[in-house]
Amino acid sequence: MSANAPTSPAAPRTTPPSGPWDAIVIGGSSGAIDALNALVPALPARLCAAVIVVLHLPRDRRSLLVDIFRERCALPVLEAEDQLWIQPGHLYFAPPDYHLLVDQGPRLALSVGAPVYFSRPSIDVLFESAADCYGDRLMGILLSGANEDGAQGLAAIQAAGGRTVVQAPSSAAMPTMPNAALARLDVDDALTPDEIAAMLSQLPTQPVL
Amino acid sequence: MPASAKARVDDIEQRLLLDAIYHHYHYDFRQYAQASLKRRLQSALTQFGCKTLSQLQDRVLHEPSVFTALLQFLTVQVSDMFRDPAYFLALRTEVIPILRTYPSIKVWVAGCSAGEEVYSLAILLAEEGLLDRALIYATDINPHALRAAEQGVFDLDRVAAFTSNHARSGGRSSLSDYYSARYGRVVFDKRLREHMVFSDHSLATDSVFAEVHLISCRNVLIYFERDLQSRALGLFHDALVHRGFLGLGSRESLRFSAQADNFDDFVLEERIYRKKAGL
Repeated sequence: MSANAPTSPAAPRTTPPSGPWDAIVIGGSSGAIDALNALVPALPARLCAAVIVVLHLPRDRRSLLVDIFRERCALPVLEAEDQLWIQPGHLYFAPPDYHLLVDQGPRLALSVGAPVYFSRPSIDVLFESAADCYGDRLMGILLSGANEDGAQGLAAIQAAGGRTVVQAPSSAAMPTMPNAALARLDVDDALTPDEIAAMLSQLPTQPVL
Repeated sequence: MPASAKARVDDIEQRLLLDAIYHHYHYDFRQYAQASLKRRLQSALTQFGCKTLSQLQDRVLHEPSVFTALLQFLTVQVSDMFRDPAYFLALRTEVIPILRTYPSIKVWVAGCSAGEEVYSLAILLAEEGLLDRALIYATDINPHALRAAEQGVFDLDRVAAFTSNHARSGGRSSLSDYYSARYGRVVFDKRLREHMVFSDHSLATDSVFAEVHLISCRNVLIYFERDLQSRALGLFHDALVHRGFLGLGSRESLRFSAQADNFDDFVLEERIYRKKAGL
C-alpha cells in the first residue's frame, strides 16, 4: 500500500457502491485497446450511463478510435469536443493532445495543461474531474498500461463514493497501471476484460419510448 | 467530512477566491471553466503551502506578490511554435492569398502567452513577403507572459520540435534563419519584433481596440464557460474587417456560440472561419 493510501485501519469496506451510474469513465494505455475490444461491444444500447474514455495516444496524429469502435458499439460514439453536453448512452473518446475533463452541466471540457505522467490526455485528469462532478454516481475502470496514470484518479472516485474497477493484472498486457491502483486503494473489483464486459452488459438501460 | 460535502466546500471556496481576485485585482476568472481551473488551483495550493483555498485567499488579498505568482497558475501557458502545422499550412495556402490583397495587414493573437504563436505568424508572414506591411497585436492578461513574449527567447531544447513543426507547416525557409542561439537559448530576430505590439488585454473585461484582418485565438476559449466564450467571439466579430478571418484551436468551434451565424466556415478542418458579409 502506498504512502498516499488512506491509512485508517478502521472501517472495513462494506458492500461496494452499486449504482446507479450516471457515467462510467475508462482509462488505459498500452494493451488497453485489446481490453476495449471486449468491453465496448458489450455496452447495451440505450445505456443509462454516459461512457467517457481516455487512452494514451500519439500526440501528433488524428485518433482512429472513433472509426474503430463506431461499427462495434451499440451506443453513438463521438470524439469529445469542448462544451459538449454529456448525454446518457453516448460513448466519448478524448482527442489526442488535450486533457479531457468533466465540468458542471455535466459538460465535457478540454485543456492543454501540462502532461501528467508524460501523457495528455491524462486518465487522472478525467477521473478526478468526473469524481468531482458525479460523486457516488460514477464508476471508474482502469485498464492495462505501462505507467501509473489513473491510480490517483481512481482513488478520487473511491473517495467520492463511486465504484472502482481495474483490469486484473494477470490479464493485462501491461500490468503497471492496474497494479499502481491496487497498491494505492482498496479497489472494489479486479476483473478480466471478459468479466468487465459481462458486468457492463447487465447495466440498466433507458426504456424504449 | 463526507466527500460530497467537501466537494461543495471546495466549490464555495473557489468561487470566493475568484470573487476576491476580481474585486481586489480586477482580473476576472469567474467565468472560466471551473473544472480545469480547480486542477490548476490545486497545484497552486501545493506550491504556496496552503491547505485550503480560503488560506490561499487570505494570502492573495494581503500579499500582492502571491497574486502575481498565482497568475502563473490561473493562466495556461503551454504552446509550441507552429503547433498544429496543418493550421499554419491552411493559413499559408488559403488565407494569405487573400490577405495579400490588402495594402496593410493587421493580425491579432489573442491570448498570446509566451509568444510562440506570435513568432510563428511573423515568420510565416516574412516567408510570404508580407511582414513589412504587417502589424501583429499580441495580447494576454498575464504580464509575466507578455514580457517573456516580448523578449522572444525560448529554451534551445524546444527548438527541434519547433523546427519540425515549421517544416510541416509549409515553411519556405529554415527556422534558424530567424534566431540566434546562445547559452542554451535562442533569441528571435529583432526584425520580427519590429512588427509586433504587445499589450495587456482581457477578453473577459476589455473591449475592441483595433480593426484587424486575421485573429488567431487558439486554445484560449477552452478555458472559458459558454457566456464568456460568446463575449470573446463577439469582440472578435467586432474587431474583424469585412470578411476578416478567425482561427481557433483544433478542438474549438463556433457551433455552441451565438456567434455561429455570423461566420462562414472557411477551412473547417483547421477551424478557420470568415466573417460573413454585411454584418
